[in-house]
Amino acid sequence: MSTAAHYTSTGLDNRKLGFWTFIGSECLLFGSLISTYLVYQGRSVSGPTPHEVLDIPLTSVSTFVLLMSSLAMVLALAAVTRGDKVWSRVWLASTAGLGLVFLGFQAYEFTTFVHEGLKLQTNLFGSTFFVLTGTHGAHVAVGVLWLLTLLVRSFQGKLGPDKAMVVEVSGLYWHFVDVVWIVIFTVVYLLS
Amino acid sequence: MSEQAEHKHTSVGTYLTVAAVLTVVTLVEVGIFYVPALAPVLAPVLLTLSAAKFALVVMFYMHLKGDHKLFTVIFTVPLLIAMAVVVALLFLFGTIALG
Repeated sequence: MSTAAHYTSTGLDNRKLGFWTFIGSECLLFGSLISTYLVYQGRSVSGPTPHEVLDIPLTSVSTFVLLMSSLAMVLALAAVTRGDKVWSRVWLASTAGLGLVFLGFQAYEFTTFVHEGLKLQTNLFGSTFFVLTGTHGAHVAVGVLWLLTLLVRSFQGKLGPDKAMVVEVSGLYWHFVDVVWIVIFTVVYLLS
Repeated sequence: MSEQAEHKHTSVGTYLTVAAVLTVVTLVEVGIFYVPALAPVLAPVLLTLSAAKFALVVMFYMHLKGDHKLFTVIFTVPLLIAMAVVVALLFLFGTIALG
């Protein structure tokens, strides 16, 4: 299959162009969720409050895990680009694995919060926190599924250097999820 | 030159260096969070460090630094709009106030 069919009059790959546009729209989505969290910050009439439930050391570790998954993702792209099947599988599996670890941390955090009395409907903090971090977690879950499909394609022998753009686009998604968490970690956890 | 060829110029060493910087900056962020003396400047310092991490990932891992400028425009314009919306809503709802 020729990749020339995917290029536009700009000379740019239409999949990549379309995906950057999608990422731009995601900026607006997360911008609205973050601003909603900030607007309602400190306006809950009952607890639990952020100070009572947020676990900074635990979330710092999960943040580190997500940052390292971005490194694994970019190394996966480099391996696919140079046609290194073994290392492309290793790094794709590592990225998906680290994503699952991050989701595990989030599941543990959510469960702990619920046990401490903070639910979606408990107060404004609960509503805005769970919607914001839950939406991010859903994005991570989608990314993990995407990476696993790429891993399967690799084992089927259908992820050679000619498919590097497919991996690059999935990488754009994964890194965007990472940068969104960089903002959430600062705004929700460290500045609350 | 194809987009893939441009990415080949970013070496694995650069990716590892960026990862190391991201790790160190995250450690600094968490560290200063626990220093009471830095409380008055905590917000600007943390937001600056967060912006630096954001920029590093976007420039080097998402390859915007060496990619076509149109991608930068497509990403930056909505990002700026989103940031403006956040700031406008914070003023509108009195979360932050002038003077």
